[in-house]
Amino acid sequence: MTLRATSAFCLALCGLGVAAQAQDSCASGKTLTEDTLTIATGNPAYYPWVMNDAPESGEGFEAAVAYALAAEMGFSAEQVRWVRTSFDQSIQPGAKDFDINLQQFSITEEREKMVDFSIPYYSSAMAVLTTQRVIDEGATATIDSLKGLLWGADANTTAVPMLTGLIDPARAPLLYGDNTDVTAAMQAGQIDAALFDLPTALYLSAVVLNDGAILGQFPADRSDNPDQFGMLMEEGSALKECVDAALTRLTESGQLAEIEAEWLSQTTGVPVIE
Amino acid sequence: MSAPTRRQIFETRQRRRANGIAAASTCAVLVSVVLLVPLAPGWEAVQRSFFNAEVFANTFPGLLNAFLLDVAIFAWCAPLIAALGLLVALARDLRTPALYPVRLLAIAYTDVFRGLPVILVIYLIGFGIPGLGLPRPWNSPYIWGSLALILVYAAYVAEVIRSGIESIHQSQRAAALSLGLSGADTMRFVILPQALRRVVPANMNLFVALQKDVALLSFIGPVEIFRQAGVYKSLMANFTPYVGAAIIFLAITIPATRYADYLMNITRRTQS
Repeated sequence: MTLRATSAFCLALCGLGVAAQAQDSCASGKTLTEDTLTIATGNPAYYPWVMNDAPESGEGFEAAVAYALAAEMGFSAEQVRWVRTSFDQSIQPGAKDFDINLQQFSITEEREKMVDFSIPYYSSAMAVLTTQRVIDEGATATIDSLKGLLWGADANTTAVPMLTGLIDPARAPLLYGDNTDVTAAMQAGQIDAALFDLPTALYLSAVVLNDGAILGQFPADRSDNPDQFGMLMEEGSALKECVDAALTRLTESGQLAEIEAEWLSQTTGVPVIE
Repeated sequence: MSAPTRRQIFETRQRRRANGIAAASTCAVLVSVVLLVPLAPGWEAVQRSFFNAEVFANTFPGLLNAFLLDVAIFAWCAPLIAALGLLVALARDLRTPALYPVRLLAIAYTDVFRGLPVILVIYLIGFGIPGLGLPRPWNSPYIWGSLALILVYAAYVAEVIRSGIESIHQSQRAAALSLGLSGADTMRFVILPQALRRVVPANMNLFVALQKDVALLSFIGPVEIFRQAGVYKSLMANFTPYVGAAIIFLAITIPATRYADYLMNITRRTQS
């Protein structure tokens, strides 16, 4: 993005923030620090969710959504403070050090029992990440062909139950602690394919893997229980209704779709798995 | 048996009194923990995250199943560790000048592998060697992860066995040689039988530690109990499955440690 566009984007955000401040007082007194919205992201935060691991820039899908949401809730860009948490930190019992936490948390019924989620801000397709070698050996985007592959996945994601639900591979999948280990195993030829949300799969295939390829995607509306990302809050958070209301307004005004189009546009054009 | 002496009666009474006090103080501590901890303001949240009966019941069978993989990995690693450890210990004890390079190699091996964190060795060997381009099934994480465990633990076992060998007095060796035994026979029939017996408790401790470190193999793919617990944790946003895994580990390691202690006591008694 050019410098001019960036500053225009920031100006727009700040402008929105000032305009919105008057109309939404829902969040006042409900945040960790008065007049500040503390937002958590991953450590590190990955492309394309946050560009260059710098959420303060507002670049990247989740960073942009965060600033748009803050503006909608009446916080200016300066009133947004960023912190970092791991997955385990965000679900540990006790006081949280963030108001909202967005790092591609999938909303599930079981997780809802322990923490609060906002309404979804993104519905992700699941994609099959593999290497050119596996495709050359005859793997195709059909369930039958996928069943025969040796699978891997990030153990901390909902890809694990989806793998069993959508593909049901013949051999037990191998699971890893993070994206880096999954790609290391794929590079070492220990697994053929791995299941990720589509934007992450595109990033890993283009940047991390040497001869990475996307075999195909399962569209978000394909499974009974699509992978929907929600913002995580403390169980019983008073802020939830404000966040939900703001997200609803962002969705209805089309602003959320615009942000998605700006940052996640390459996701179209990946073949759909039959 | 004759009637107890006054001294014996006194000692019995003393012992009973000591036992009573020990029991009472243990009870007092237990009761105060059970009563006081739930008074902490965050107890309910901690209980829901770590000691959730519903989550426990749902995940425990899956954890038990995943534990079988730990047992299997342990079962094929342990004999190989024992064999390699013995070989390295013997190599370190070589006294022929011509074989000095072998001895040097054994010293370097134990120094390097005792000095590295297990997880680093597992990553290096588990991802590194298959990355060289080995075909399946020879790039399996089970093979190379197990090799990493074997290399690290054999280094420890070798040092323990060497300490056993060195604890046998020099005069035994001299006596065996003067009886006409060859160097190899001296080691095999005189030194090793005594040395190995002495280090059984120390080795038991190492195998208890191995039992837990098997879980580190999960970092390179195998879905054993620790990884399975992590999957449940992630799906339910709840740490209870880790507690379930801990209970399963304890069920194995506590009896094993007690047994090691028992063996150690026997050795001490026979030596004194």
